[in-house]
Amino acid sequence: MLTKVRSFPLLLVLTVLIIGVIAVFIRIGVINDYAAQILSFAGINVIIALGLNLITGFTGQLALGHAGFMAIGAYAAAVSVMQFNMPIFVGVIIGGIVTSVFGLVIGFPTLRLKGDYLAIVTLAFGEIIRVILVNMDALTGGAAGLKGVPYFVSKETIEKNPNAILWVPVLSFIFITLSVVIVLALVHNLLNSSYGRAIISVREDEVASGSMGVGTFRYKMIAFIISAFIAGVGGGLYAFLFNYLNPTDFNFIRSVDFLIIVVFGGMGSLTGTIVAGYLLTYLQEALRFLQDYRLVIYPLLLIIMMIFRPGGILGSREFSPTRLIHLKSFKKALQRETAAEREETK
Amino acid sequence: MLLQQLINGFTLGFIYALIALGYTMVYGIVRLINFAHGDMLMLGAYTGFFVLNAFGATPSTLILALFVSMFVCAIIGVAIERAFYKPLRNAPRINILIVAIGASLLIENGSRILPFMGPNPRQYPQLEATSTITEVMGQRVVLSKQDVIVVVVSLIMMASLGYVVKFTKIGKAMRSVSQDTRAASLMGINVNRIISFTFAIGSAMAAVAGVLFASKYPQVQPYMGILPGLKAFVAAVLGGIGSIPGAMIGGIILGITEILSKAYISSKLADAVVFGILVLILMVRPTGIMGKSLKEKV
Repeated sequence: MLTKVRSFPLLLVLTVLIIGVIAVFIRIGVINDYAAQILSFAGINVIIALGLNLITGFTGQLALGHAGFMAIGAYAAAVSVMQFNMPIFVGVIIGGIVTSVFGLVIGFPTLRLKGDYLAIVTLAFGEIIRVILVNMDALTGGAAGLKGVPYFVSKETIEKNPNAILWVPVLSFIFITLSVVIVLALVHNLLNSSYGRAIISVREDEVASGSMGVGTFRYKMIAFIISAFIAGVGGGLYAFLFNYLNPTDFNFIRSVDFLIIVVFGGMGSLTGTIVAGYLLTYLQEALRFLQDYRLVIYPLLLIIMMIFRPGGILGSREFSPTRLIHLKSFKKALQRETAAEREETK
Repeated sequence: MLLQQLINGFTLGFIYALIALGYTMVYGIVRLINFAHGDMLMLGAYTGFFVLNAFGATPSTLILALFVSMFVCAIIGVAIERAFYKPLRNAPRINILIVAIGASLLIENGSRILPFMGPNPRQYPQLEATSTITEVMGQRVVLSKQDVIVVVVSLIMMASLGYVVKFTKIGKAMRSVSQDTRAASLMGINVNRIISFTFAIGSAMAAVAGVLFASKYPQVQPYMGILPGLKAFVAAVLGGIGSIPGAMIGGIILGITEILSKAYISSKLADAVVFGILVLILMVRPTGIMGKSLKEKV
């Protein structure tokens, strides 16, 4: 208990420090704009993968349509900023809310289904969303895509002060990475609450937890809607990072990309998702010199991973920076305790 | 107009049914949605492409193409099962499903980089087109040679599959494995051999579907199997996954629905309609038309 209270300011300082240092590096050019964009993009992947991990890793319901949720969030955020002049921050939240409404509508019929069926129905919904987005030309620009989505710095600011454009990579990075931290905190705290324990019990044994009085359908819905919300937020951030949206960006393969991150990091490990998200996004860029061969290595890696290390990098363990710091004091306390025990037995 | 669309729907439906049969058989035995099944269709179509290109497109070479592609795909299907699915036989379902997705991507992207297949779409060699035009109730109906071939070949394949499953020893073994793997194993059935055999038959059916699909829509490219594969899966679920007659009925219903919604609703929204049906079916009757509902075991 005590360590938890103590670790909050520690975590805050650590986060601000890391984000601050990297932001300064980006601004002064130690990290170039291309690398900064990869970092930001990796952040978005991590956000959506965290949401997917909540439903797939912790609730045990395989969802294959998160690219569809991401698309809804992206378009909702972009349209609300472009058509209704909302601030960007509000746009991202709107993206999340609209997506969670869709999550509610989609989850209600499908979460009654078991296992493989859920995977297929979410996949089907992802495809339906994509087809509908192509056909809603007036709002989404149709197959040609939606151009001119603003940056994280609004157009007026750039017009007033042309130098502001230099801040775009830094601001994108800060905005997205802060979102990663907030989403991580949200999911982590959710999982450590009574809701989280109920959600995990659904994964462990749905029938058993149902007979213990856990409303399994209700908790599956909660996890699914939060997961959709997070995917929507990720989609909104994606829209403002890349400034261009096309329905083909949100196909089945992208849903699989998120799943790969979750599986690599370990289903049921939040820190695993973060490590895998940054690592794999970087890897995808680093392997670009292999051209088309990259497309073969990636699935091969996935298969080999599943066969030889089915739990992912971290399994369901968590890696905690505060625990590392506290480890020393913990060890000392342990030594004291064992010494005291020895005294008692004497 | 309607009759013509129905004919088109039927021929497409037969192709879906052929693919759906493979899905349903594999699911019935190992409880796995074999995502790589759609890619067997692609590989079958490519094999047919090479055979037809080498010997010219005549009815007899088409039959040769069908047999060669069945053989090639059966081998590849078994190889994939042995290499990727067998090591995970006792792993959680979600892991096997992910491996299946990985296998599918591997085949697609692998074909993309192979020099003799390549990323570009290719024109499929076609038989000389002869169509019979008849008048039915004052409407002009075109029945092309391709349509007839599709229906005849599909019927032959389904009949022979039905014979194998119902009346042969190995078919009996397949049915028993799908009912209870452990009990079948205790009765002396070599379960691994039966699973491999099922993958071989399923892949061969997909290969036939691939050759037929490509002769109806004359183009081959590495990603051509994804969408028909998904739709055939919808067909399998619609008919009741695990049920062989269900897959046939589901395939035909799906083919007709797709063509009719293309003709009368919107060609762009047809795919959404097809997947909408899947969602609807699963909400109303999750076990499909012919499926038996299973009691959940604790």
